[in-house]
Amino acid sequence: MLVLGVESSCDETGVALYDSVRGLLAHALYSQIAMHNDYGGVVPELASRDHIRRVLPLTRQVLAESGCTLAELDGIAYTQGPGLAGALLVGAGMARALAFSLNIPAVGVHHLEGHMLSPLISDTPPEFPFVALLVSGGHTQLMRVSGVGRYTLLGETLDDAAGEAFDKTAQLLGLGYPGGPALSKLAATGDASRFTLPRPMLNSGDFDFSFSGLKTAVLTLVRKQGLDQAADIAAAFQAAAVDVLVSKSLAACVHSGVTRLVVAGGVGANAHLREQLTREAAMRGISVFYPRLEFCTDNGAMIAYAGAQRLATHMKTSDLTFAVKPRWELATLDAV
Amino acid sequence: MKLLVLDTSTEWCSAALWLDGHVQARRILAEQRHSSLLLPMVDDLLRESAIALRQLDGIAYGAGPGSFTGLRIACAVTQGLALGADLPVVGVSTLESIAEQAGAEQVLTVLDARMAEVYWAAYRRDGVDWHTVSEPQLALPESVAVPEGGDWVGASNGFVALGNVLRPRLAARLARIDDTLMPDAAAMAPLAARAFERGERQDAALAAPIYLRDKVALTVDERRARCSA
Repeated sequence: MLVLGVESSCDETGVALYDSVRGLLAHALYSQIAMHNDYGGVVPELASRDHIRRVLPLTRQVLAESGCTLAELDGIAYTQGPGLAGALLVGAGMARALAFSLNIPAVGVHHLEGHMLSPLISDTPPEFPFVALLVSGGHTQLMRVSGVGRYTLLGETLDDAAGEAFDKTAQLLGLGYPGGPALSKLAATGDASRFTLPRPMLNSGDFDFSFSGLKTAVLTLVRKQGLDQAADIAAAFQAAAVDVLVSKSLAACVHSGVTRLVVAGGVGANAHLREQLTREAAMRGISVFYPRLEFCTDNGAMIAYAGAQRLATHMKTSDLTFAVKPRWELATLDAV
Repeated sequence: MKLLVLDTSTEWCSAALWLDGHVQARRILAEQRHSSLLLPMVDDLLRESAIALRQLDGIAYGAGPGSFTGLRIACAVTQGLALGADLPVVGVSTLESIAEQAGAEQVLTVLDARMAEVYWAAYRRDGVDWHTVSEPQLALPESVAVPEGGDWVGASNGFVALGNVLRPRLAARLARIDDTLMPDAAAMAPLAARAFERGERQDAALAAPIYLRDKVALTVDERRARCSA
């Protein structure tokens, strides 16, 4: 089954072609990060205006790169939510209309399901069940995954997402927006042991997170030490955040009785997280699976892949609506 | 000439088929349900006329001005349909489609732009086409002006939303005001047909909204400048 995937939930337009036999055939991404940088964050209206300029050229690009024609498509998947309503509507409208004109089914995909299944776009995918750590600028959740659409929420952040804490800390350190990757780079040059920051909720006994207190602690430290200590502060922040993520993820695996952990989302690209998690997981007999680095950010490939799983059991062409779900709980999805 | 025309620029959702001068149309007060209503309308129209999308000559969309999200819905659907059916597209002015419905030769269209502003333009009928006397613009209601000459008709919901400003200033210069006229696919159909006949067809990827309101956020530098001012 050949599926076109369209992602437009936030500040990246992603389009991809996934074939259930041949695997991922092509994917293309346009990131708006540079545009939003001037505004210190994502401006929803500007994001939507950019998606409508990019979505069709990117679609043509993946068709050309894969050598496929529209007539060969079996279905189209698009991100239905959660995300920015106006941005989601661009991808959803284009995708649903294209499916209608080709008389093929379309399916709305949950953005986080896309992220969570993205490590499965691999020659050596993890088997079900596994625990998934979804960690990005918008989300920090631990889920038990027993199959496509079979998700149980184990815990989540009670305030800021981990990636948001990285970005906000980076801003405090004068690294611009979104500063998460820049912060990691700076942290690599710093001494993580010089300052000790709190590990929020490390021993809370559940799988929930809290990162807003950590951000406040960084602010206090910056005021006291000044920005010339930025590298050591960045390293201390990263060590604290990673400690909590690693500890809770592994505890969730033990609690759920599974030996496979999947890490997805933008923060999953963090080298320090990957290194510490893989090391500590191995000591407990847990295997860790990461998506390809390029699929840690938002992308069309994960939407095409998740859509293909859903379309395989749900080939309905009669639905012509494309209402989006800016808020949408992952645990409410139907099992496939 | 056979065209599909879509408009979701306001709380109304409309679609029309132009079949060599004959118009079939649907129009619903959609509020925020355009994403659920538009494609079923299109499907309905095509079935009713027993015509396939691929048999059409093109697709037209209400390009703006209007609700930003609404403009993008018609535009995104136009892109998807046109890509799949390999058809050219053309954008039609929402304000001109209001003039088309006014039953007058000279029309001042004033559409509510929210935030106490209006989108307005002035059109004079020139044979079968409309000549633009005042270009579509985003403005404060105080700056809307009736062009020279008599028998201008005022149209659209700007005269409701900001009637308290517009009517005392302009009513004496207007032969009448119809504040119920709104952008509509059926009214866009003949405008779209003439645009295609003039060769104004575009590739699907170029289908783009005309927002008129382009400053939608302040940059970090602009916010700093504003704070220190």
